[in-house]
Amino acid sequence: MLDKVLFYFFAGIAVASAVLMVTRRNVVHSAIFLITALLATAGIFLQLRAEFLFIVQIILYVGGIMVLFVFVIMLVNLDVALQQIQFARQKWVALLVALALAGQVGLMFWSSKKMPGQGLPVLTAAVAEHLPPNSEALAKSLFDSYLLPFEIASVLLLVAMIGAVVMAKKRT
Amino acid sequence: MNAAFQAPIEFLKLFWAPLLCGVAVVAILPLIAGYIVLVERKIMADMQARLGPMRVGPHGLLQPIADAVKLLIKEDIIPENADKLVFWLAPVLSVGAALLSLAGLAIGPAFQIAQDINIGILFVVGISALGIFGIVLGGWASNSHYSLMGALRSSAQLVSYETAAGMALVSALLFTGTLNTKSIVEAQSKEGIWFALLAPVAFFTYLVASVAETNRAPFDLPEAESELVAGYMTEFSGFRWSLYFLAEYTNMIVVASVATTLFLGGWLRPFARVSWLNFLDFAPPLLMIVIAAYCVLRVPKQPTRVQQVFLLAVAGLCFVVALVLAAPVVLPVIKPSFREAVAPFYAGIHGGFWFIFKVSAYIYLFMWLRFTLPRYRFDQLMRLGWHFLIPLSIINVLLVGVALIAGAYFHLQGWGLLLVTTPAAIVALVAALLILAVEKEHDAKQEKTAASDFYAG
Repeated sequence: MLDKVLFYFFAGIAVASAVLMVTRRNVVHSAIFLITALLATAGIFLQLRAEFLFIVQIILYVGGIMVLFVFVIMLVNLDVALQQIQFARQKWVALLVALALAGQVGLMFWSSKKMPGQGLPVLTAAVAEHLPPNSEALAKSLFDSYLLPFEIASVLLLVAMIGAVVMAKKRT
Repeated sequence: MNAAFQAPIEFLKLFWAPLLCGVAVVAILPLIAGYIVLVERKIMADMQARLGPMRVGPHGLLQPIADAVKLLIKEDIIPENADKLVFWLAPVLSVGAALLSLAGLAIGPAFQIAQDINIGILFVVGISALGIFGIVLGGWASNSHYSLMGALRSSAQLVSYETAAGMALVSALLFTGTLNTKSIVEAQSKEGIWFALLAPVAFFTYLVASVAETNRAPFDLPEAESELVAGYMTEFSGFRWSLYFLAEYTNMIVVASVATTLFLGGWLRPFARVSWLNFLDFAPPLLMIVIAAYCVLRVPKQPTRVQQVFLLAVAGLCFVVALVLAAPVVLPVIKPSFREAVAPFYAGIHGGFWFIFKVSAYIYLFMWLRFTLPRYRFDQLMRLGWHFLIPLSIINVLLVGVALIAGAYFHLQGWGLLLVTTPAAIVALVAALLILAVEKEHDAKQEKTAASDFYAG
């Protein structure tokens, strides 16, 4: 019961603030609603007992990326930005894509009802008190079973970072 | 009908104790912050050979109350062109983040608001970093150049120093292998040595980065009053302004608590495992009795009746605290069989005392720095962060890892680990300084060529 209430609370906030983020004309307000949406998603992670994902979401997205977003937004001249047309007029394409996505999701639900075990994977709920501490579990799977992909991903990120620095630097 | 009430009742049943603690902390913290401000003014006065606040109450002891009343009844001005909603939201955000992050701390083995969270120290660090939005959005919403400059400086500063602080935390966490605040302190109790000694470079990095993160002098550029009036809080007044103040002092408590937990042995007595130093258990009650006696001695010197009564009340409070602290150490001396019964009380009460003592010492260090060092220039601040602290902390993580492997190879434990960690710290420091020197040489060369080009052209 409590879990359900918490889930709908956070999910409601996430959806509402995502909609508001798209529709606000003021960029800073949009950024605030994006922060709210990200925090609400973190809340859903916590409700699922994924406390490590919860804090990583907050530290990385909210505390890191969004701070940089807001930092850049403040350097932009907002009065000029407000006068520009902010919405690309591609209604029909957007509608088509949205319908396709809705169809896919609907198909998944339909197939899972029709053929159990085929569509959505049905997992038995774990008992919350007996879950292993999930920062340890995550670290174990990252550095044990998936060490190579992890290292490749970090090298990729390093390359991207050095590339950005080299391109941003003035040529002397 | 019943089902609708079930969820809140279930919630209360599970969480009544943390909720109660949370309400207590939120209620008491403004008072504590007020008294930290008083202590800061007194220390500043002492360092500048003055007296500081003396008029309200004995030795200015009631000054925070008077200040709080003044701030609460002041007019709350909102600038005309400000973004009203964000202006209203920003200070609340700052305070909220700072207060929420206190939930993850373990003050003594018995007292913790959120029961044993697995991500402990990450929770405290991550949530307290959210307070930056209060500063940035407040600076933006004021619609003033000074505020915006302060906000920009603040976000740049936080992003730069958060990396170094995080790396410093990582190199201390390598010794524990857990993020839980309680287990971190227990690991230090098992090793019998503080991590500040095992990872001195990490402690130093965290100290510098935490000063920068809380926007305290000498890194108080977001509110540099000689350049930016008051930085991001220029346009704020009254209650909203005091919220920013509360957030700043709460953040100081938070970073001090993180440093205490991770580097200074948390709630443990200094040298907790050395039995011939057990007499240190008597230090807390003795300290409180000395303070009480001093207060009583000063009573006749007070000019008015109200001040005399107030000072006596302070003395009484100190005496009661002394009695509470004394009970768990004196009772076993009288009758050894009491030892088992009072052990949990000893751990809880004395743990709390030592924790608060260490946090206060850390905050005192902050104040000492503030009144000793002149303010940095912004480019100097960035250079210190990016060219020295971040390379230093990254090299340190690497070398602490190497030292730990070497320690495991030679079967070193506790103080013995110093044999491998001290050389690692020295090597890390030398390497970072070498990088700094090479960069400086490089910069000088570039400047020289740029200058010769200028004259040639």
